[in-house]
Amino acid sequence: MLASTDILTASFSSLIDGWFELDTWIVVTAALAAMACAIPGSFLVLRRQSMMGDALTHTVLPGIVAAFLLSHHLKSSGWIPVDPDDPHKAYDATTYTFMFIGALLTGVLTAILTEWVRRRGAVENSAALGVVYTSLFAIGLLTIRLAADSVHIDPDCVLYGNLESVWDGNQTPRAAWISGGCLFVNIALASCFFKELRISTFDPALATTLGIHATLIDYALMAVTAATAVAAFESVGNILVIAMLIVPAATAHLLTDRLWVMLILSTIIAAVSAALGHVMAISLPPMLMAPFAEHPLLSGVPVESLDASTSGMMAASAGAMFVAALLLAPRHGLFVRIGHRFRLAIRISAEDLLATLYRQDESSRDPTVFNGRPTLVQRFATWLLRRQRLVGDSSGRLELTEPGRHAARKLIRAHRLWESYMARHFDVPADHLHETAHKVEHFLDPELRDRLAQELDTPDTDPHGREIPED
Amino acid sequence: MTDGPPPGTPSPDLPEPLPDGTATHPSSAPLAIHDMTVAYHRRPVLWDIDYDAPPGQLTAIVGPNGSGKTTLIKAAVDLVPRASGDVRFFGSAYHKVRHRVGYVPQRGSVDWDFPVNALDVVAMGLYKQIGWLRPVTRRYRDKAMHYLERVGMADYAKRQISQLSGGQQQRVFLARALSQQADVYLMDEPFVGVDAATERAIVIILQELREAGKAALVVHHDLQTVPEYFDHVLLLNMRLVATGPITEVFTPENLRATYGGKLALLDQVGHRMTLNQGRS
Repeated sequence: MLASTDILTASFSSLIDGWFELDTWIVVTAALAAMACAIPGSFLVLRRQSMMGDALTHTVLPGIVAAFLLSHHLKSSGWIPVDPDDPHKAYDATTYTFMFIGALLTGVLTAILTEWVRRRGAVENSAALGVVYTSLFAIGLLTIRLAADSVHIDPDCVLYGNLESVWDGNQTPRAAWISGGCLFVNIALASCFFKELRISTFDPALATTLGIHATLIDYALMAVTAATAVAAFESVGNILVIAMLIVPAATAHLLTDRLWVMLILSTIIAAVSAALGHVMAISLPPMLMAPFAEHPLLSGVPVESLDASTSGMMAASAGAMFVAALLLAPRHGLFVRIGHRFRLAIRISAEDLLATLYRQDESSRDPTVFNGRPTLVQRFATWLLRRQRLVGDSSGRLELTEPGRHAARKLIRAHRLWESYMARHFDVPADHLHETAHKVEHFLDPELRDRLAQELDTPDTDPHGREIPED
Repeated sequence: MTDGPPPGTPSPDLPEPLPDGTATHPSSAPLAIHDMTVAYHRRPVLWDIDYDAPPGQLTAIVGPNGSGKTTLIKAAVDLVPRASGDVRFFGSAYHKVRHRVGYVPQRGSVDWDFPVNALDVVAMGLYKQIGWLRPVTRRYRDKAMHYLERVGMADYAKRQISQLSGGQQQRVFLARALSQQADVYLMDEPFVGVDAATERAIVIILQELREAGKAALVVHHDLQTVPEYFDHVLLLNMRLVATGPITEVFTPENLRATYGGKLALLDQVGHRMTLNQGRS
């Protein structure tokens, strides 16, 4: 593990001034914690239980405090052995085991209580969650207060974590081991129970009728989420745990249509936002504050040494990646949808132009292709038609080419068939027919045109007496 | 994980004593409901249902909105707790013969944005067969594909499910149920919101099931098509109004009893109770 972090340190420090081995460990620890969170987080997002992640990170508090006190009590009364080297050490392996178990149990308890409140109180799920989550969190805070002498839990540390002091200078940090172990367990669980998690998330009723206990899996997921949260707490803090449970998963959901891809993507996004967050935390403040170096408020503070909360920046960069996915995602993205709409507008405009030119030829009327100045879309559509050689210029005005005339015939046929169909079946006055046909003509494929023609016994003329051209 | 007996063979489970220990259930009907009452929040939605489904027949479950059709199905397969009564499939308790019962939930009951494709959804019907801790292997994917072909959806196997039309989604659900190779099917509103082609496809599949000697109970809304699609009917309005072959039971009097006069009264009572409990 050490050798690979050396490589990381070397490559990062060549890119960023002031990058040390500590920075590498901060990123590695945070990335492992974030990846561990992203896996149960993906299932929470898909179950529409994102708030559960938020709640669990709070409700585990009474669980870990109670477990801590219990292990303390058992040690002082001699039921379990104490560390012979340092009998007064507050946190040792036994205490940690107890705290994990405490978290697991409160995770399950939260799920059970929420369901109970929802049924008994006949309220919706998030209201029930709100009741349970605040109550359990309050009990946790009260317990800390009452047992303040023996419990060393710093509320600030719980919120922001203490990533900055994760490394003691010589060996792999304990937080990295814990987060890494947690990630390993989560990957193992997700791959072993992939099928069961998928079906109980997608269709719990079917899972139950197949004999796969969906409720049990639900509780197991809550327990794993709670344990992951506790494992990640110490290093990255509460806020980042909440963010990393939900944001990478929600981002990945935008980017893919396959569950296993979503799981892998969410862990990658989690790791990238951890790295990006720390890079931003150490490089953004000096950059942003450089112009104000002479400001009296900054007197005596070297601008280069400014930095921002790493956890906060990691959460912010995860958020930024979500926004980027929202805009750029291949299918659900905003840009793609705008692009689709623009392409449709161009197509309709081009087809309208073809149809107009066809009608002019038919009636040999004076050419006015556009009413007034052509819009941007119309100009683009004209350019496109010229390029496709569907229209050409002759003596200074637009004219249909032979392929263009062919394309236009199809549109006119669709238009007039639709008018005939409307006139026959819906009793629409003749002067109202054009409007709808004008819209529908763009969406009638050859098959529908033929069926319309069949339905109408292959008419020769439309209700206005104009010829319906052959395809 | 145990594979069920091949379809068509009788269940080895013998009828068990009822919970009260007084009697054994004599029937080995595909579905036998005895004296079942179901309540939500202490408000009964089904009263004293006694019903034996005929073997090898297609039965429509018909009744107005809120008459407990969905609840009847869900309570039969233990998705909704029963306040009282007993349910047997082929003479055995449901949890012993799960593999012989196929349940098709309402299309609206799942999140269609879920990141799975049509083939994944069909393969879900095989999960019990595949067993815990085992991945969905090639063999099972081929099997799932076979059922997609049967409902005419093979071309859409790789489509994410939100990109299917309502009718196509329903066919995927049906393919999933078929993959379970059950002996009795409980279907909740398979005809709702589907196109004409899908409706025909579902009818054909139902007929194929009947020809294979299987029974199906289908919650159905469209009274007009009941005589055309089904052999039996169960008229339901919180209580069982009538049940039997279409020709005998699907009469104007029975329908009036299900939807008309009596319904208005029951509705009023139900409405009062709802108001008194302060929720709708």
